[in-house]
Amino acid sequence: MNSIPLEYYLLVTGLLFAIGFFGVLLRRNTLVIFMCLELMLGACILGLIAFSRFNATIDNPMMGGNIFVLFIIAIAACEVAVGLAIIVALWRRQQTVDVSEITALKN
Amino acid sequence: MREILFHLFAALTLVPALFVALSRNPVNAAMNMILSFIGLAALFVMLETYFLAVLQVLVYAGAIVVLFLFIIMLIDAKNSPKAGLVSSLAATVALALMVTGLLALVYSGESGPFAEAGEWAPAAEARTFGVELFTRYLLPFQITGFMLLMAMIGVIVISRKEPIVVEEGQAQ
Repeated sequence: MNSIPLEYYLLVTGLLFAIGFFGVLLRRNTLVIFMCLELMLGACILGLIAFSRFNATIDNPMMGGNIFVLFIIAIAACEVAVGLAIIVALWRRQQTVDVSEITALKN
Repeated sequence: MREILFHLFAALTLVPALFVALSRNPVNAAMNMILSFIGLAALFVMLETYFLAVLQVLVYAGAIVVLFLFIIMLIDAKNSPKAGLVSSLAATVALALMVTGLLALVYSGESGPFAEAGEWAPAAEARTFGVELFTRYLLPFQITGFMLLMAMIGVIVISRKEPIVVEEGQAQ
C-alpha cells in the first residue's frame, strides 16, 4: 500500500523540471544544456508514472501512461545519439561547443 | 518508513540535478546526472513500477551517461566560463517563477483532490507491459523499432569524416 500522496510526487516532478529549465537557461556548454534537457524529460516521465499508478483501477489499469514512458525512453535514446553526433560534427567544423559562439545562421 | 525513504529519494533526485545545472565542469555534471537518475529510478520503485525503474537505470544511467562521457572525452570539453549576469539573472528569475507557481498550485488546494493509490499496481509485473505492447500498442512498437534504425543510420551519416560529394549529373 502506497501511503505517499500524489501531490508529493508532483512536487518532485515540478521541481525537477524547473531545475532542468534553470540549467538550460544558465549554461552555455551545449553538452550540459543537453544533460539538463534529459533531466526535464526525466521529470515528465516521473509525472506520467505517478498519475498512471494513482489512477489505476481494476476496470481500467491505466497502462497507457506506463507504455508511453517506455516509448519516451526509447525515443530519448535515439535523440541523445543523434544530438551527440551533431555536437561532434559541430566540434569538427568549429572547434567549439559554446552556444554563444555558434552563430553561423545569424543574419 | 515510506515517508523517510521518499524524502531520501526525492533529495537524491533533486540535489544532484541542481549540481548538474550549477557545475561548470561537464564531467561533474555527467556524474551528478547518474546520481539523479538513480534517485528517479528509486522513486519509480516506490511507485511499484519495477520494470521501468530497471529500464531507467539501464538506459539512462547506463547507456546515455556513458555516451555523454565518451563525447566529453572525445571533444575535450573545458570548464565552461562563468555564466554571464544576464543569463544567470534570467535563469534565476525563471526558476523562482516556476517554483512559486508550483508551490501556489500545490498549497492553494485548486489542483486536488487527487486519486488515492489503490492496492492494485498493474505495472508491478513486466508481463503486463508485454501484453499491452504486443496487443494494443503493436504498431507504435514496430514504428519505434524503425525509429531506432533510422537514428542509427542518421548518426553514421552525420558523423562521417568527409562530407558526401555529389558530382554533377550523377546522383550518389
